[in-house]
Amino acid sequence: MFIGFAPYAGTYSSLFPQSRQGKVAELRQELSSGGKKDKNYSAKKIALKKIVANMTMSNNDMVALFPDVIDCMNLSSLEIKKMCFLFLVNYSRMKPDVALKALPILVHDMEDTNPLVRALALRTIAYVHVREFVEATFQPLKRLMQDNDPYVRKTAAFCVAKLYEHDKKMVENSDLIDRLNRMLKDENPTVVSSVLASLVDIWGRSESISLTIDYVSASKLVSILADCSEWGQTYILEALMSYVPQDTAEALLLAERIAPRLSHSNSAVVLTSCRVILYLMNYIADEKHITSLCKKMSPPLVTLLSKPPEVQYLALRNAILILQKRPEVLRNDIRVFFCNYNDLIYVKVTKLELMFMLTTKENISVVLAELREYATEIDVHFVRKAVRAIGKLAIKIESAARQCIDTLLELVDAKIPYIVQEATVVIRNIFRKYPNQYESIIGHVIQNIDDLDEPEAKAAIIWIIGQYADRIENSDGLLQDYLATFHDETIEVQLALLTATVKLFIQRPTKGQQIVPEVLKWCTEETDDPDLRDRGYMYWRLLSTDPASAKEVVMGQKPPITAESEKLDPRTLEELCLNVGTLATVYLKPIHQVFRAARPRRLQPSPALQRPPLEDGTAGMLDYNPPSATAGAAGNTSNSGLATIVTTGNPISPINPAPPPNFPVAAPGTGPNAATGQTSMNDAVNAADSYFSGVGSQQMASMDLGGRDDGIGNGGAQQMQYVVTQNQQQVYQPHLAGGAATGELLLL
Amino acid sequence: MLSGILIFNQKGENLIFRAFRSDCRPRLADIFRIQVISNPQVRSPILTLGSTTFSHVKHENIYLVAVTKSNANAALIFEFMYRFIMLGKSYFGKFDEEAVKNNFVLIYELLDEILDFGYPQNTETDTLKMYITTEGVKSVIANSPTDSSRITQQATGALSWRRSDIKYRKNEAFVDVIEDVNLLMSATGTVLRADVNGQIIMRAYLTGTPECKFGLNDRLLLDGGAPVSGGKNGAGNSSGAMATSKATRAAAGSVTLEDCQFHQCVKLGRFDADRIISFVPPDGEFELMRYRATENVNLPFKVHPIVREIGTTKVEYSVAIKANYSAKLFATNVVIRIPTPLNTAKTTERTSQGRAKYEPEHNNIVWKIPRFSGQSEYVLTAEATLTSMTHQKAWSRPPLSLSFSLLMFTSSGLLVRYLKVFEKSNYSSVKWVRYMTRAGSYEIRF
Repeated sequence: MFIGFAPYAGTYSSLFPQSRQGKVAELRQELSSGGKKDKNYSAKKIALKKIVANMTMSNNDMVALFPDVIDCMNLSSLEIKKMCFLFLVNYSRMKPDVALKALPILVHDMEDTNPLVRALALRTIAYVHVREFVEATFQPLKRLMQDNDPYVRKTAAFCVAKLYEHDKKMVENSDLIDRLNRMLKDENPTVVSSVLASLVDIWGRSESISLTIDYVSASKLVSILADCSEWGQTYILEALMSYVPQDTAEALLLAERIAPRLSHSNSAVVLTSCRVILYLMNYIADEKHITSLCKKMSPPLVTLLSKPPEVQYLALRNAILILQKRPEVLRNDIRVFFCNYNDLIYVKVTKLELMFMLTTKENISVVLAELREYATEIDVHFVRKAVRAIGKLAIKIESAARQCIDTLLELVDAKIPYIVQEATVVIRNIFRKYPNQYESIIGHVIQNIDDLDEPEAKAAIIWIIGQYADRIENSDGLLQDYLATFHDETIEVQLALLTATVKLFIQRPTKGQQIVPEVLKWCTEETDDPDLRDRGYMYWRLLSTDPASAKEVVMGQKPPITAESEKLDPRTLEELCLNVGTLATVYLKPIHQVFRAARPRRLQPSPALQRPPLEDGTAGMLDYNPPSATAGAAGNTSNSGLATIVTTGNPISPINPAPPPNFPVAAPGTGPNAATGQTSMNDAVNAADSYFSGVGSQQMASMDLGGRDDGIGNGGAQQMQYVVTQNQQQVYQPHLAGGAATGELLLL
Repeated sequence: MLSGILIFNQKGENLIFRAFRSDCRPRLADIFRIQVISNPQVRSPILTLGSTTFSHVKHENIYLVAVTKSNANAALIFEFMYRFIMLGKSYFGKFDEEAVKNNFVLIYELLDEILDFGYPQNTETDTLKMYITTEGVKSVIANSPTDSSRITQQATGALSWRRSDIKYRKNEAFVDVIEDVNLLMSATGTVLRADVNGQIIMRAYLTGTPECKFGLNDRLLLDGGAPVSGGKNGAGNSSGAMATSKATRAAAGSVTLEDCQFHQCVKLGRFDADRIISFVPPDGEFELMRYRATENVNLPFKVHPIVREIGTTKVEYSVAIKANYSAKLFATNVVIRIPTPLNTAKTTERTSQGRAKYEPEHNNIVWKIPRFSGQSEYVLTAEATLTSMTHQKAWSRPPLSLSFSLLMFTSSGLLVRYLKVFEKSNYSSVKWVRYMTRAGSYEIRF
């Protein structure tokens, strides 16, 4: 872990005197030195600079200087003041009693004639997480919200959100939010955008506050966009997500007015504009206009690919998302998504995924040639993805299957072990998808059996042996080779071996009768794995009761597989589309699985909404969970299949229940008054419905994950989790974190 | 939004830790160090652990990390981090470990100003330099209320990027059109991808509050600025027309820009309506716009590599490169990197121009031609002798790549038609334009 730090060389070393105690004492002395002769306080400044430098670098030794620093706070130098304030913000939580001495100075500074000083004091006091400071902020804040300087007013606007973070109750019981709301009428665009950022921030952390924007306000907000900084534009655009169009013409007009923002050089403005436009499209009736808006979004998205790699990555992840919702947005030439040799790996992998999604009968030849090229690159992870993509294309586009298989066999012939393994797995899936078509290549595949050492590849080849036991001359011999090391194999391979042995027995009873009893015995008596044991018993009973129907069951027709398993379910898709450009779009998962505390966003019903919010029939069947248990239990179980992102199963860490449904207030404007007389019963019912059906669909997803367990062993589940594996690089893997660290992490 | 900003050096020492919300606890620094800096397996810029997300950017020898606790706007996070880097560069010349260590106070001061409660505020260098200063950057001290008001008006105004009191004796504006041309050519010589990423950099040294209008040989504009249906639907709708008039357009000397993105000073509504680029520029250098072009890309160089693997011990190269631009022009710093197998023992090269050298550390033969006149053609022949290896693995044959810069040439064919400056004092100004095409990712497979 962290082992102190060595003294630094050069100019820097002078900032870091040697021993710890000595250091503090020395700095204290320096701070009080200078005396009256030192008019510009230059000695003090130097001392304070050293203290600030040491603040982060040397643990917390500097806290001992707190009283001395406060003594300097009142000197008439803005530079010194800023340093002292920084110190205060950093250490106040550790020593609240000492910090209190600074309070009168801050309160006094909030009345300074210099607007920069007023704003600085206000900004600083609101950072201090100490009760007395929070209480002392309320009165001055109300005054400063009406300050005549816009810089102070925008600082005051953010200050309300800060106070809300410190103490929700106190803010809700005051009239601060109403006052903040009134500031939306400010004539300065920067102030207005700050007010909106503050309101949206409060909205995100509250259960009782609803944010509604009517058309007139929305329209006004769009008109000041051009006068705001790029960040201000982003805040306004984010806030516009709370406007619910009541009329399709309004939605269209607003979308058209926002569209010019797509040419902004800041990608936050571009992606947030995309989010708002995609959202408004839900309320636009005319398909022609939708198509025209889609066309406008396409070039800017592609242009983001010339930005820094992190932004490229984000743009690509969002392209994957938007493609599923509005395919017409990405009618580009697929070649813009081809990988450059020097692209970073996470960019490449995402491009690959997008290429797979955009491949059609028409362009498959170009894509295959390209993928073949990638399969010769150096990065193993990427090469594997490329090979896998070829196999998946065979499954996605039937007419090109032969072409894909030929490419795969060509690659297999290069005898690079990880390519062979990956190819084996995808060829298994191809057999599965197109039975009785390509079995002629079995011989070719079996040749490389000795190169396979990864469980997934082994399981795949074993599946092939079992499935085609009657066509492969020495199938029993091949199986025997694997069975010799049965006990050392992973569960995945053991399961595959069990199934293959049974298949061998059914197709060639004479060859199989020796091995079957032995394998069944291992699986039922000598294993600790419940899955293996259950499957063992299942086969045992099947074979002993009725061999004829056993054949029907084991060799029967299998449910078809598709390559489209990474498609998001409609509900998640809808939710993510309302969050374009956010962190969740990198993961492409239901937002609650990654960000539990996030307040859910749903499409709000209105007369203009073109398609009613999703009411999938299945949800009705699933929300019979006892309501009281729903919040906690659902959070717990729905993640079981995907524990890779969210920490689960730690008894210490409290599982945040999903926030309860919000009951939108019909009246425009914002207010903590959640249930006024105007609230229609309908709204409440809808909100509750959408909340509970959301819970339902999450459970559906997790059931799907667990529910695949057929002849192909883990293959099915693996496919379902494709999105998960695709993102391996950013998904948290507990086994990488190491023992002790993991425990600590769960408490975050 | 952001809960905190952290800066680390490569060893994982936490140099800067600034929390903007109380949920950003000091031990998050340790977690980032363990999970990202000392974990080579983490390759993504975004990592979510529990309820905390770390988004990081590596710059020079430091890691800049944003900590968030919610489903924050990721685009905003990364744009902000790159802006922060830009600010660092503009304040310290170079934003690296040494700069951070020499400027702790200033960096904290900047962070306090450009982020409030984790929300990015005004990040315009010019405005910030009015009141956040170092020995290097001196300015009006903001201790008097009147000066301060000027600063606050500037920081919150509609022209936050420009001070109002700028004066020059000689009013000048320089426009640099810089294009990065990207090429991906297959082993059989077909162009898999060719496009241009252009940027227009402007250096404006203009007095007062000048209103600029800028014109390009953009096809949509030259065709009478009448995109279908009353100018409302811009680029999108006219794509049908584009295909038909390809030939006529090339003749007319106009280009089709796939997409444009502008500096925040450009009035986007105006551009959307009638394709006029009008703006009040910041003082000094800034990137006015970026654009992308994919049609009729002029490739400055044609490369024909012939690479033969002779058995397992030898590779023979013959690489011919021809300049495809007017004989009046010349490219400079042309560098061709020709990959060699990993087990290359030695190489011999012969060139008809320039010098070639084997760089074992990059597995490349590097062929440099300092000055390359238009229409000329040069050849390199080389041979790589390979050591026999016990583990014979196929050579992955990475693509051959080119870098160069070529003045007075644009691959897209883009030209600046005019730059007009209007200011109330009606001064005359001098405008200069330069064009340059560089290699972006210019790759040829073999």
